Amino acid sequence: MDSNRILEHPILEFNEGDDLPFSFDGRELMGKTGDTVASALHAAGVHVLGHHFKTGRPRGFYCAIGNCSSCLMIVNGVPNVRVCVEPLQAGMVVCSQDDRGILP
Amino acid sequence: MISVPLLIIGAGPAGLCAAYRAAEAGVDVLILERAQKLGGQLVKQTHKFFGSEKQFASTRGIEIAKILTDRLEGLPGRVELQTDATVLGFYEDGVVTAEVRGKFMKYHPECCIVATGASEKTLAFAGNDLPGVYGAGAVQTLMNEYGVRPGNRVLMIGAGNIGLIVSYQLLQAGVKVAAVLDAADEIGGYLVHASKIRRAGVPILTRHTVERAYGDERVEHAIIHALDDEWRKIPGSEQQFDVDVICVAVGLSPLTDLLWQAGVDMKYIGALGGYVPLRDADMMTSVKGLYIAGDVAGIEEASSAMVEGEIAGIAAALRLGFITEKNEILKKDCLNQLRQLRAGPGSEKIRTGMALAGAYV
Repeated sequence: MDSNRILEHPILEFNEGDDLPFSFDGRELMGKTGDTVASALHAAGVHVLGHHFKTGRPRGFYCAIGNCSSCLMIVNGVPNVRVCVEPLQAGMVVCSQDDRGILP
Repeated sequence: MISVPLLIIGAGPAGLCAAYRAAEAGVDVLILERAQKLGGQLVKQTHKFFGSEKQFASTRGIEIAKILTDRLEGLPGRVELQTDATVLGFYEDGVVTAEVRGKFMKYHPECCIVATGASEKTLAFAGNDLPGVYGAGAVQTLMNEYGVRPGNRVLMIGAGNIGLIVSYQLLQAGVKVAAVLDAADEIGGYLVHASKIRRAGVPILTRHTVERAYGDERVEHAIIHALDDEWRKIPGSEQQFDVDVICVAVGLSPLTDLLWQAGVDMKYIGALGGYVPLRDADMMTSVKGLYIAGDVAGIEEASSAMVEGEIAGIAAALRLGFITEKNEILKKDCLNQLRQLRAGPGSEKIRTGMALAGAYV
């Protein structure tokens, strides 16, 4: 599942980190401490984070540092969360977002 | 409402250096940083810096972030660092509002240094909204900060320094780079970076651009084509690359939203990445007591961002009445450093842009 994790690197060392279970659209996935929601999803092979509210085209992240709002998802019921800068927490319920979002 | 002598917005290289110089002169500083970590984009830069010793040459960006943060302890002025603190508004009466870890806060700073950095530009081509089309900086973040590969095979658009450095870092992370394209007829970045990836067998195709990305749910392949002297497509020059990631490294634009709100005089200067604030040699904008430093003042490099930060920090301290002999000498030295950093033949564009923005060149 974590085939996208970098295990060997000439300069950096990535700590193993604790496993953090979370769900994505009902699927049980596993991330690591230090992950954002987006990095955990990407590591698990999830690239489509939602669909455009008008065109229905798939959306992924673009900037990964909280600028561009391409990665908006519903996290624990709250829509429009920029998952590229949202720290992953154990038990998070993450859902892809296909509309403008309704605030709880 | 909280009154503060000096508020610094952004804890990247510019903001951290500004805080250091101001607190060294005795000013109490509050830094508000949107991210969870300090250091801005230094935290993902695994390469060694150029420049001189004063800008930490031959030290890796990730290490510089730590050095800049650690040296804020034990200074004459107190430095308060708030992370997860997003500034929301800059009002005409000088009030700054922010969301600090979920709480709405209001600050009234005597002086303020805006060091908000920049955001990645994108490129118009068919299919550029597909997942797998990522900013080059985003890919750097994903790999170097979170240890996750963006995909298996990457097409890099842009042969400036970011495009070249990130290509090399992709190779270091075990990702294949199919090619690096640039629409210009020359490689924009340093040739030392270009040579490294060429030696690794990655072709750098100048006068080429991406035409279209294909894929259902994510990028599956890309079509590129060659450009003639007039930047038009050369018919029949199409090539297909089977890639799952297209990395866009076509430059940055300054994050100036707060400066517009503050009513600062702005000017469009293409050489600096877009609209930038006009400033004087002290890095002060047209709003008295409001300073700028780093990429928000014009897209350059972390080295010059650090020096600009120092200048703004010293200048704000002087304005607040913390006048020392050392301050004046330091400021002169910083101005010299900036001039040296911008002296090379490759910095022609920066020099022209900075002169238009009113900076000391």
